[in-house]
Amino acid sequence: MMNYIDLHAHMVSRTTDDYHAMALTGCVAVTEPAFWAGYDRVSASAFADYFKHLTEFEPQRAAKYGIQHYTWLCLNPKEGEDRALAREVLAIIPQFLERPNVLGIGEIGLNRVTRNELATFIDHVELALEHNQLIHIHTPHLEDKYKGTKAIVETLASNSRIDPSRVLVDHVEEHTIRMVLEHGFWAGLTLYPMTKVSPSRAIDMLEMYGTERLCVASACDWGPSQPLAIPNCMFEMRRRGHSQQWIHEVVYANPSRFLSQNPKFRLAPLEQALVG
Amino acid sequence: MQIEGSCPRTQRELIELEFIEHRTKILDIAAFLDRFDRSIEHNANDDFRIKAFREALAALNSSEFGRVERIQMLLSDLSSELRAERDGQSAYGAAKESEQ
Ligand SMILES: [Zn+2]
Repeated sequence: MMNYIDLHAHMVSRTTDDYHAMALTGCVAVTEPAFWAGYDRVSASAFADYFKHLTEFEPQRAAKYGIQHYTWLCLNPKEGEDRALAREVLAIIPQFLERPNVLGIGEIGLNRVTRNELATFIDHVELALEHNQLIHIHTPHLEDKYKGTKAIVETLASNSRIDPSRVLVDHVEEHTIRMVLEHGFWAGLTLYPMTKVSPSRAIDMLEMYGTERLCVASACDWGPSQPLAIPNCMFEMRRRGHSQQWIHEVVYANPSRFLSQNPKFRLAPLEQALVG
Repeated sequence: MQIEGSCPRTQRELIELEFIEHRTKILDIAAFLDRFDRSIEHNANDDFRIKAFREALAALNSSEFGRVERIQMLLSDLSSELRAERDGQSAYGAAKESEQ
């Protein structure tokens, strides 16, 4: 069995059965970006509770299955429209950044690509720069993806303080992958049934663009999604005729390279030896 | 980007592995369009999503490489203007005409 890292998994919305299944299929680490609760939260204290959950309870729950749990903090793009709330939440994030499983700011970005969402995104980028944090970015869905990804890439490219190798732009698809990779960012392919990419399409893009700076993730949450999306994709990669080394690069070595830029991300010694 | 020879399977192997799966998908699309025609009330023939869907089907017929990317663009909002304010939480899957 080959080990893998799922760098986008909303485990607060998954059961312990999912942790169990992920452990059985070789998952050694997950990173959990802060996201939407299914409704707009009304106060900064609701976010403080959520950040506590992500940094205290969830890593303990994962550890019971031998899975290392890391997280990213932010007010997510679906709530970015509320500028007053965003300012309050941005003010409480720094007190959580030193916690041992926090890898950076995310998943920030755009949802319906509004002026306020962009302003909230820029505020989060400034916070990340101020605290020297890695950045994990959510790009919008469906018809909004192209224009939203373009706005995000242009905003970041115009900021000379941004080091693109410390930024991962997630949920790329066939029409957005090129602009993300060409600007030097890491790119994430999301294996999400219906609204994102299938394993076959993710593999197509990996074959055409090469494996450098590309990762795959499940983005499993409370919607129709699959916590075992990565092992399913690994099966499809083998069926397509790819080597064990090629698969290992995509599902383990690459996420490890990106995440290790934060020294808090440390795989268990045996796992570390495999990265090479 | 490398296109030529980037898929490690031969065409013969791809047919053996994937033909039935995609045969099923094309029949599902045909059945959806027939169901749309059989509908109890014809009230959305000019819906922006069904229009984009029909354009995407036409693009599928092309013999030129790059079909996925072109269809993605047909199903995208190509304007670069930011919305003045949020109109809801979810996207629709195709751009409304006023936004193109
Ligand atoms: Zn997410």
